[in-house]
Amino acid sequence: MSAIIELPGSRRPGAWGSMLGSKGGNIFLSILFVGTMFAAIGNLFVPPASVFHVDTYTITLLGKYLSFALLAMAVDVVWGYCGILSLGHGAFFALGGYGMGMYLMRQIGDRGVYGNPDLPDFMVFLNWSELPWFWLGFDQFWFACLMILLVPGVLAFVFGFLAFRSRVAGVYLSIMTQALTYALMLAFFRNEMGFGGNNGLTDFKELLGFDLQADSTRVALLVCTALILGIAYLLSQFILSSKYGRVIEAIRDAESRVRFVGYKTENYKVWLFVYSALLAAMAGALYVPQVGIINPGEFSPLNSIEIVVWVAIGGRGLLYGAILGALLVNFAKTQFTGILPEAWLFALGALFVIVTVFLPKGIVGLLSMKIGRKKNTEVAVSGTVS
Amino acid sequence: MNTLDALRETMRRDRVFDFMLDESFPPVNISHGVLLYVEGLSVSFDGFKALNNLNLYIDDGELRCLIGANGAGKTTLMDVITGKTRPDEGLVYFGQTHNLLNKSEADIAELGIGRKFQKPTVFEELTVFENLELALRMDKGIVANLFFSLRSDQSDLIASVIDTVGLREQISQRAGALSHGQKQWLEIGMLLVSEPRLLLVDEPVAGMTAQETESTAQLLISLAGERTVVVVEHDMAFVRSIAREVTVLHQGSVLAEGSMDDIQNNADVREVYLGEAP
Repeated sequence: MSAIIELPGSRRPGAWGSMLGSKGGNIFLSILFVGTMFAAIGNLFVPPASVFHVDTYTITLLGKYLSFALLAMAVDVVWGYCGILSLGHGAFFALGGYGMGMYLMRQIGDRGVYGNPDLPDFMVFLNWSELPWFWLGFDQFWFACLMILLVPGVLAFVFGFLAFRSRVAGVYLSIMTQALTYALMLAFFRNEMGFGGNNGLTDFKELLGFDLQADSTRVALLVCTALILGIAYLLSQFILSSKYGRVIEAIRDAESRVRFVGYKTENYKVWLFVYSALLAAMAGALYVPQVGIINPGEFSPLNSIEIVVWVAIGGRGLLYGAILGALLVNFAKTQFTGILPEAWLFALGALFVIVTVFLPKGIVGLLSMKIGRKKNTEVAVSGTVS
Repeated sequence: MNTLDALRETMRRDRVFDFMLDESFPPVNISHGVLLYVEGLSVSFDGFKALNNLNLYIDDGELRCLIGANGAGKTTLMDVITGKTRPDEGLVYFGQTHNLLNKSEADIAELGIGRKFQKPTVFEELTVFENLELALRMDKGIVANLFFSLRSDQSDLIASVIDTVGLREQISQRAGALSHGQKQWLEIGMLLVSEPRLLLVDEPVAGMTAQETESTAQLLISLAGERTVVVVEHDMAFVRSIAREVTVLHQGSVLAEGSMDDIQNNADVREVYLGEAP
């Protein structure tokens, strides 16, 4: 029997095809590409007098926003698609950031305040005589890159393995993730940990031999961030539109039922969690050279909650929703804290409440509802005409 | 010489290395004709004995109905068989060799035990088609699913099941938008595409019209023989229309077992169900 089945392909045109399948995704990728190019050319080749000149401050700001967008996407992958509300993704972000920060610290060499060629300034200040073992190798870029992925990845695996195997879910899991990031924050605040205590790591000079203050380096960092965001977007799109992604969505809706179908849901969740942690770590590693500092404040639980707010406002369950949310909220934050710094947290809180109550699917949900309604009326109109 | 023999044995070309054998699906041994053994099973929740020394044997290819009042332990029994609840004592074996009590829900499902829940549970955000695709009998590992694309025999199977359960028009609709009866059918469809050895069906006709009930009965009867079906149902008319063998549960143990006529004439059953004096 060769019953020809009409595959409902409009939504899932096969995993590989769907990498570029979604319309919103295509729009997002085009905007990302054009915007980055525009900013890069505007900074490097357009004279400062021109209207189209983009100053270096804006370039750095854009790079920062894009790394936040990557972080928001990481949270959306686990929260929006699998229902794992992680309030501790800031931990993976900060660990990735510390990995990059350690590499940048080692690049300072003897140009530090104390001029010690072997030890970073804060170690000289603490009267340490030699480099701790966990700093070894961080003068190599490849080693730092490996650690940036490995440390958060292993942490996420161990945490996820223990939590998901014991079937911890819902609010209990959220509280555990909060505890995780809080514990790391307390640990990193200690000088004895060897990560610079509450001052963190800063005063960076060079990345791969390029001066971090140079315009061209800043533009290159922005382009790199945009590139990695784009690749991560495509990869996430591939993963989530494969059958694996559908199992993940099914786990979100009815986990026990998925088990009775024969899927080991804890494995599915652990690997998704690890993937998401890796995205967050990359975001952290891209963030640090652009802002020039990493300190234990990045581990603070409040930061992690803020990421969740970005995703909720943008629209969870859609990758570009999370990205849009991160960009909009951070843009608003920059503007707002310039004008009325005290009121920012109130504004953010109010925004979160309004979005949760009135727009459960976020801004993207609102947009697609509008478009959907317009289409429906068009169909209705053409229906009556014919 | 011994080493040489061992080497020869290892290098035999007519079989793969032992460690390559897929141990997750050793064949189910039914040499005694019995597919499911439940012996001396007891489960208690906070002192309440939901199952009390229950014994039940299901033959291969049988269609068995379980009936009993609320709280008789029907659903708890299904929970134990599918690995959701761990019993206090007792044995549950699938065939001669598979001890179900030390397996996870996913492993039990992989062995070929499918379950339809009392309350229809489908994946609401996925389409009807995707629900069925998820339930297909295939490698349930992560890599296999990441790079999965539907083979033609699999899409044929889904197509035929979709016709069987009458959801062709709803194929790309969200499962959450289906009516209660359609969700029941979809869940039955998910059972069918997973090609289980043993189907545990909990109240299949709740919320169905008389006509749908009729076709469900037809479907279950047609499945028996090739597969083994255990049905839990309250609707006595429905039970009468399908059952050859009925087991009555009462307060966590088996009260009576036999054909529908035997059961109806059984003094114990009449007492429990109808309150008649013996």
